[in-house]
Amino acid sequence: MNKKKVYPIYFVFGALLLYIVLFVIPSLIGIAYSFTDWSSYSDKLNFVGLDNFKLVFSSDENYMAIIKNTLKFTFITTILKNVLGLVLALLLTKSIKFLNFHRGIMFMPSILSTLIIGMIFKSILDPSGGLLNTFLHSVGLGFLAGKWLVSSELAFGSVMAVDIWRGTGYIMTILIAGILSISTTYYEAASIDGANAYQKFRYITFPLLLPTLATTTVLNIIYGLKVFDMIYALTNGGPGKTTTEVLYTAVFKKFATGQYAVGTALSTVMFLFMVVIGVFMIKIMTKDEVVE
Amino acid sequence: MKKRLYTILRNSIAWLISIISLVPLFLIIFNSLKTSISASDMNLSFPQFPLQFSNFALVIEKGKLFQSFINSSIYTVGSVVVCCLFSSMAAYVLSRNRTKLSKVIYLFIVLGITMPMNYVALVKVMMMLHLNNTRLGIVLLYAAMQIPFSVFLLYSFISKIPTELDEAGIIDGCKPIRLFISIVFPLLKPAVATVIVLTFLNNWNEFVSPLYFLSSSTKWPMTLSVYNFFGMYFKDWNLICADIVMTSIPVILIYLLGQKHIVSGMTAGAVKG
Repeated sequence: MNKKKVYPIYFVFGALLLYIVLFVIPSLIGIAYSFTDWSSYSDKLNFVGLDNFKLVFSSDENYMAIIKNTLKFTFITTILKNVLGLVLALLLTKSIKFLNFHRGIMFMPSILSTLIIGMIFKSILDPSGGLLNTFLHSVGLGFLAGKWLVSSELAFGSVMAVDIWRGTGYIMTILIAGILSISTTYYEAASIDGANAYQKFRYITFPLLLPTLATTTVLNIIYGLKVFDMIYALTNGGPGKTTTEVLYTAVFKKFATGQYAVGTALSTVMFLFMVVIGVFMIKIMTKDEVVE
Repeated sequence: MKKRLYTILRNSIAWLISIISLVPLFLIIFNSLKTSISASDMNLSFPQFPLQFSNFALVIEKGKLFQSFINSSIYTVGSVVVCCLFSSMAAYVLSRNRTKLSKVIYLFIVLGITMPMNYVALVKVMMMLHLNNTRLGIVLLYAAMQIPFSVFLLYSFISKIPTELDEAGIIDGCKPIRLFISIVFPLLKPAVATVIVLTFLNNWNEFVSPLYFLSSSTKWPMTLSVYNFFGMYFKDWNLICADIVMTSIPVILIYLLGQKHIVSGMTAGAVKG
């Protein structure tokens, strides 16, 4: 049969058109605009070469701190979500009563709006009347109570903690699916050989789970670099100038103040990070699909 | 004996973590039913009777929730329809007719799963297309953002459907569109259900794009209006909580109804046995 006739290429046009116009083109013209002095103050566009990038990477400005924050946020949340997610996944693949209930509850934070979670935690972490400090005082651990989101020492850690609370259930769910896909015959063989629980984990579960862990790592990295809602709702980059400022919140501030060129230059920096990670990600996700 | 101890320990840890996960939810529900004064310190005590159901009515009126509920529904339903239709058509042809070109197109689209949006430049594109600050613009943008992952999900699903059915359809004289609509699409139901549920959740929760592209508050979706409400009534936690509850109800309902699809969709691609 004639595949070209039966599966006409115009079926692809709708998706491709929307994707190119609203996704690819903005990224490309964004790169072009980052070499200009585009702003809301003047209608004229001038070519300024690498000036915006020089500004972004100069030590006088605080953009480097913002990039560093983004990378730090990504690195730490990725590791902790993976570790905690793995612990939870191991816990919830054992014989436990109401297993599905627990899985469902722990997954729930991942489906709620990140913005709303941020708002809820803004109240919980309130230094004076927030639930966390009130609780710590009431159980006699008052010395642990802190100014979670308002002090410059604790803010970054608090934001990451909330994000880890939000994201671990999702990682856990993926890892549970990974663990359940491991054939039970390995464990049976190991039992016959007299392996204990740790050895089974070390020599069966962990190695066979590595591809899944690679995927969760990449997913976390992508999320971490793009994080916006959570930080916007919790601290909006504060306290101070850059304590918790990350790339996307900085881009939004540049947009709001009309400094479009700097905003799009920051986006371009992020775009370059992502292309590298993205290609790696797609290789993992499509490995036994496209290559025949 | 030791084994039983472990079982008890495991169960208690699971309960402890589940309870910690539920605390914020109860906090919001309890406080949405309190008076402004008793909700002011946002504690976990059970609301006193009479329960303040009037908070909800007040929020709907003050926060213009009805309008933003309609907006959110238009954006979400509209983008779900557009995304499902376009993605399934594209995934179908790309998966069935595997030429060099179609593989390149597929990888090109799927790369969008990871790519960041350049919102600043997107504003420019939206203005050029007269889509800025319009409902249609948001619907198309939401659909575009979800297309890469949807195509990815549907593509691998379609690859597993045998082509014999297509051939039978062709012998009976089906044209391509008819073949897709009456033979292939019905077979895609499980994958399309997953796409619908995931697209719904992501787009209902979407906050960044309306922040950039919708300047008029009458077009705001619920996420944006709840945030705005949060800024205006930051003293009245009972009202904020009521607003949060109402914004989250659709998401939680969808989660309870479509849990199976969400988990299978969100873990697709991550786990290949």
